[in-house]
Amino acid sequence: MNRTQPLVLGIESSCDETGVGIVRGTALLTDTVSSSMDEHVRFGGVIPEIASRAHLDAFVPTLHEALAEADVSLADIDAIAVTSGPGLAGALMVGVCAAKALAVATGKPLYAINHLVAHVGVGLLQPGTGTAAPSGATPPGTGAETLPENMGALLVSGGHTEILRIRSITDDVELLGSTIDDAAGEAYDKVARLLGLGYPGGPAIDKLARTGNAKAIRFPRGLTQPKYMGTAEEPGPHRYDWSFSGLKTAVARCVEQFEARGEDVPVADIAAAFQEAVVDVITAKAVLACRENGITEVLLGGGVAANSRLRQLTEQRCTAAGIRLTVPPLSLCTDNGAMVAALGAQLVMAGVEPSGIGFAPDSSMPVTTVSA
Amino acid sequence: MLILAIDTSAVASAALVSDETPESVLASFATEDTRTHAEVLAPGIDALLADAGVSGHDVDAIVTGVGPGPFTGLRSGIVTARTLAFVWNKPLYGVMSLDAIALEVAESTDSAAEFIVATDARRKEVYWARYTFSDAQLPHLADGPHVGFAADLPELPVYGAGAGMYSDVVKAVAEFSTRQPEALSLGQFALARLEAGEQLLDSTPLYLRESDAQVPGPRKRAL
Ligand SMILES: [Zn+2]
Repeated sequence: MNRTQPLVLGIESSCDETGVGIVRGTALLTDTVSSSMDEHVRFGGVIPEIASRAHLDAFVPTLHEALAEADVSLADIDAIAVTSGPGLAGALMVGVCAAKALAVATGKPLYAINHLVAHVGVGLLQPGTGTAAPSGATPPGTGAETLPENMGALLVSGGHTEILRIRSITDDVELLGSTIDDAAGEAYDKVARLLGLGYPGGPAIDKLARTGNAKAIRFPRGLTQPKYMGTAEEPGPHRYDWSFSGLKTAVARCVEQFEARGEDVPVADIAAAFQEAVVDVITAKAVLACRENGITEVLLGGGVAANSRLRQLTEQRCTAAGIRLTVPPLSLCTDNGAMVAALGAQLVMAGVEPSGIGFAPDSSMPVTTVSA
Repeated sequence: MLILAIDTSAVASAALVSDETPESVLASFATEDTRTHAEVLAPGIDALLADAGVSGHDVDAIVTGVGPGPFTGLRSGIVTARTLAFVWNKPLYGVMSLDAIALEVAESTDSAAEFIVATDARRKEVYWARYTFSDAQLPHLADGPHVGFAADLPELPVYGAGAGMYSDVVKAVAEFSTRQPEALSLGQFALARLEAGEQLLDSTPLYLRESDAQVPGPRKRAL
């Protein structure tokens, strides 16, 4: 196996995107994604069984397309990587079985990868690669690029909301805080439905919020009371955690009150105030976690990284706290196979042993398990 | 002709069948567990090929059971078969999974001329199909597959694990009362049909049930 510039194929199927990405070391060759998002629109959220059915039908065509785009054959691949968790159990199963079959058919080593850590792995891809046509030439760089020390990652999507500390992307990742109920993106979807704005909720609310007054209404910031926060010396039980279910209820109640009074519901103001509440609490707690844990570099990942207000406020608060912020290109923030391949390549370059083909997908895989 | 057959409609199983070996059996494995397909299937196939000294190059076709069966397990076999067929560039066929048991019934000494095969569909239901059979022929699928309550099955002898579970309401045939579809019989059935010049299915899963997703109704207004 080439351990300095390994050619790695990554497979992602933890939610509603079927992704196959290929990297050579830290150079992105292709990132092919097939999404079943359109099939979930009428349900207002991802339906696991529909996502699983779509993964089954999308996998081989997506693989075929990725190999063609990267202009590599399976024989050239050094290793295969697949998301084995966390994620939707039935959806993970499809990608994991496909990856194992690929390993059996080609005899290539297989790495079972943590989806959340893979979101951080995209930060190690060389900027600008993957956009130009792959030439087959060895990309610049000497292989294992290293992450900065004191690195953190803020992941915000429809499936997760986490702040991580990464001491080593291949073997030392720690979960500092996470949502205790809904993911932020899920809260956006639910509130968008309440406001009649359609699915996915993130872009719809973000757009409408620009025309609304965020200060017109004040919605609660979950888990910010002293009993949850404690102090830096004596942290409370949820100092760096989030909760969005109370916020969703508050929005519902607010809408009902306008209706009960027979008034027009100020949808734009509610959207703006809701967005402000989400973004405020996410960034406040993330920056607090960074400051108190000596984190000086943060990567923003996950689909909600597309949100204009989240980017703006994260940028602002990081700058104020002396933290350097990196936001990968949006196509790499959402779920994709390239991030899985990128982390797989890091594991190969670090000399980590492959996982074999006997592992089980784990829908609640902890971030401390970078690879199974 | 050498076929690699896979079925995960109930248990996880795979087999190598060939028209050049007695009874067409080369090698096979089947687990008893119906919930660990993702762990056991690939290692099982890997060992099956290695033990038989067979490489992907030697395989002429891949056959997958297309159900009916519990969805998550069913997909693990189908995606495995599709991926192997893609990488090895081999033809891929589907066979209705209940056919595997029907073939075993037809080859047994106590087959009726008309019978039902039933497997566990969970949620207190069975997957079932009706077959007709005359000597020295392959069983013929006359009706199905369907999903429904065992109590609603036609009044015929019922073979398979779906009969054993509901022997209080169906005419369960005792020797077959725990029988699950397995890749060995599935592969034999596929081989026999291909040799007879008959068509097989493609690898589209037979879910028989919708995804259970509910389109949310309009939100209740406060007034
Ligand atoms: Zn994700």
